[in-house]
Amino acid sequence: MKKPDIGKLKEQAKQLRRDILTMLSEAGSGHTGSSLSCVELIFSLYSYKLRYNAKDPYWEERDRFILSKGHGCPTLYAVLAHFGFFLKDKLKTLRQIGTLLQGHPQLGLPGIEASTGSLGQGLSVANGMALSARLDKKDTRVYCLLGDGEINEGQVWEAAMTAAHYSLDNLCAIIDYNKLQIDGFLCDVKDMFELTKKWEAFGWNVIEIDGHDFTQIMDSLDRAEKVKDKPTIIIAHTIKGKGVSFIENKAEWHGIAPKPDELKCALRELD
Amino acid sequence: MINEDRSTWKATRDGYGKGLVSLGRENERIVVLSADLTESTRASWFRDEFPERFFSFGVAEQDMMSTAAGFALSGKIPFCCSFGVFASGRAWEQVRISAAYMNININIGGSHGGITVGPDGATHQALEEIALMRLLPHMSVVVPCDLIEAERATIASAGIKGPVYLRLGREKLPLITDGYEGFEIGKAHIIREGNDLTIIACGIMVYHAIKASDSLKAEGIGAGVINLHTVKPIDKAAILKAAIKSGAIVTAEEHLIACGMGSAVSEVLIQEVPVPVEMVGVKDRFGESGSPWDLIEKLNLMPEDIVIAAKRVLKRKRTT
Repeated sequence: MKKPDIGKLKEQAKQLRRDILTMLSEAGSGHTGSSLSCVELIFSLYSYKLRYNAKDPYWEERDRFILSKGHGCPTLYAVLAHFGFFLKDKLKTLRQIGTLLQGHPQLGLPGIEASTGSLGQGLSVANGMALSARLDKKDTRVYCLLGDGEINEGQVWEAAMTAAHYSLDNLCAIIDYNKLQIDGFLCDVKDMFELTKKWEAFGWNVIEIDGHDFTQIMDSLDRAEKVKDKPTIIIAHTIKGKGVSFIENKAEWHGIAPKPDELKCALRELD
Repeated sequence: MINEDRSTWKATRDGYGKGLVSLGRENERIVVLSADLTESTRASWFRDEFPERFFSFGVAEQDMMSTAAGFALSGKIPFCCSFGVFASGRAWEQVRISAAYMNININIGGSHGGITVGPDGATHQALEEIALMRLLPHMSVVVPCDLIEAERATIASAGIKGPVYLRLGREKLPLITDGYEGFEIGKAHIIREGNDLTIIACGIMVYHAIKASDSLKAEGIGAGVINLHTVKPIDKAAILKAAIKSGAIVTAEEHLIACGMGSAVSEVLIQEVPVPVEMVGVKDRFGESGSPWDLIEKLNLMPEDIVIAAKRVLKRKRTT
């Protein structure tokens, strides 16, 4: 696929950030920092790599994307709306009673492949999809975005072993490595030490990139596709709260939404 | 008539193994996932015939359950195999999200349910699965009483849209449902009707319920027996009909009394036909090592224990 224009992507990413902040602010709760760190990652997947049909979200030949760090769903919702899976107007209903845009992703909203949010489970779900595609001799590719705090969960490492055991080269995981989790810095909460070495030791191909650089993201997705006989993980260095100065790199912004005056300031920065 | 010749008895886990193989032959969408207990759960019977549709996870039940979701979301019909304690307990939260919340066709075969696991002791004796699983929205819970019923339940569960938990046992049991053709998930099997009380049982305790009913009959007491193989969705109509007809209920299960099958039956009765109920089951304790039938006796799960409960419930019935 031809790579989209980087300048245009950057402009659109800015708009996505505005949408995300606005919907979170209207909802009055949600995960601002965690959503802003994965904008370029999710947007690149849907702009460049994934095969899908927004008008036929359950099209058999589609690729799959699992947002294992389900709390980052405002970003996924904004991207899905941008590509026409549902009307952008629906973003206003985030976290409201009766909405399909639940606080964490739920099956039923067009474009959502699995209900996630309880951390640590998404990579296993992705493995199941990758194994199933292989069984059906389909060239489906499966992508899974993990949080860096999320990989504290033991199940992630169980899934990592499974993917390597079954040589799932149709699977690509991505870590949103923003170095912060609710309680603070990863190294203080529970030091994960050297992630690259860990994943390599678990039998994965590892690519490390800047997770806000569209060129690096798209290149890494291309490279992952060419690797045979092992799964790939892209460790994407990101900034929690990326794009808004007073939200960036602040653990306290993990799980709160901007108040109206904060939203105003944030939108001004994203003009 | 129950065949008391133990050489004819078979374990429900064997019925599960047979069911998996028949399903595998008929339906290419069936996949079997196992967490290192492949022989014990009889998943090996499927593996040997369909190795390409068998997936091994090692000792990682949580990963297995969520992976099953990936299969189900891709149009497959997964069966997850482990011991009951691990399938329902260790991976409970994965089952909650990946099977129940998503309401997809994931089937869980939890073998080695109950105290009759025997010598392995408390860590491996699941006495909580009915409680843990029936609590989850969308989940069906089936406790077969013999090999034939286990095979039918396994086959039927593949056709249920949502998740199903099958509680299976290691101990060989008489073929109670031989000749009975009416098996359906959610529909209780009425073994006999009684005017004085009704014993509602599941799993291994169906056998003991029949024996208890026989001895009560010798004393002139008419005790009906219901094989409540499906604890959820519960067959309200059958339970209420028995309560109205006989006016007293005894429940019997190889499971903790708390939140088990008897509790599920009581939830129905208390709201609609509040007749006296006595519950036979394990009383707020863990299991221990021992031979299966010695443990059944030690934990008061014998036919005589059901008879005692029946007499208690009759006394209460007369005084209310």
